[in-house]
Amino acid sequence: MSADFHGETLSFAHVGSTLEVTLHRSVPGAACNEIGEQTLIELERVAEYLREGAGGARAMLLASSVPRGFCAGADLRALYQGLVARGETGQASVGEVRAFLDRIHRVFDTFDATPITTIAAVHGVVFGGGFELALTCDVLVADKTARFCFPELRLGLVPGFGGIPRLARDVGNAVVRDLLFTGRSLNAQRAYALGIVSQLVAPGEAPFVARKVAEQAARFDSDTAAAAKAFAKPVPHEWLEREKDTFCRLFTSPVVTAALQKFVTSTDARPYLP
Amino acid sequence: MTTTTQTAELETRLVALAAHRFGKAASSLQPSDDVFEKLGIDSMQAMELLTEIETTFGVEIPDYELQGVTTFSGIAALVRRRLG
Repeated sequence: MSADFHGETLSFAHVGSTLEVTLHRSVPGAACNEIGEQTLIELERVAEYLREGAGGARAMLLASSVPRGFCAGADLRALYQGLVARGETGQASVGEVRAFLDRIHRVFDTFDATPITTIAAVHGVVFGGGFELALTCDVLVADKTARFCFPELRLGLVPGFGGIPRLARDVGNAVVRDLLFTGRSLNAQRAYALGIVSQLVAPGEAPFVARKVAEQAARFDSDTAAAAKAFAKPVPHEWLEREKDTFCRLFTSPVVTAALQKFVTSTDARPYLP
Repeated sequence: MTTTTQTAELETRLVALAAHRFGKAASSLQPSDDVFEKLGIDSMQAMELLTEIETTFGVEIPDYELQGVTTFSGIAALVRRRLG
């Protein structure tokens, strides 16, 4: 049985044989689909729907209707405010962070391994957790405004939503290290040249092109497509577990709280350009 | 073409690009202007501008090279270095 959903941060609907998931978190203080508790709850709903068979959908398209981009990653303001409001020790907070990571990894692993073909249509900001979300998908279609970045080291952290193990499936470790250790961003053309993005399109055209990818993928036998996906795109479970461990260990450092405070209170026009 | 001429030409093109993108009169912008203050843009608009500069000039400018660079002239110097 298919069922459409309209939430606070995302919606999904069946369009032909495709399940179209649209991120649309646009509230004051959330510039571009930042992933906080509510977004996670609604992503969990999508993941549950996928595990139940996705209402018979043969492909999933993930996109954003927010003009600024696909997703700017974790909701750092909420993370910082949570730390401050509770006034807990780093060790107490890390338990909550671990629980959050376990939940988001379960969602992202489901997106990654779902037997239907998944396509991310991205534009504008594709940063941090947003980049990690896109990397769960089988095919990335980017318009020329897209920009990709892992800024986590600026916060004293490593990417925590599976970004490094998943990026390493697609590109060489030299590229992974460059992006991770410098925190620099890549434009869409460069991401296309590196093989992170497989189709590069004009601004605003990514959803249209991604729908065509989904329609084409749905023409093949579903069991064959699922077998091909399991063969070509294994989920790096062991590496993902080590990523969570590393993230949680780093999270107890005072460097993180100081960096989050700086990020949240900064009025500099260039917080993304350290 | 001398390096000075190349740089001046790049500055002119950069100013025109930024003016067009953010709806300013090119004549109201000078190479020595602070890009962020003069254009009144936020961090995400700055990223959009960076993408357009990279695409237009066919170069890649790592974000960290922009640290401390505030003027059109400064950005033009970075572009010129990447153009070779």
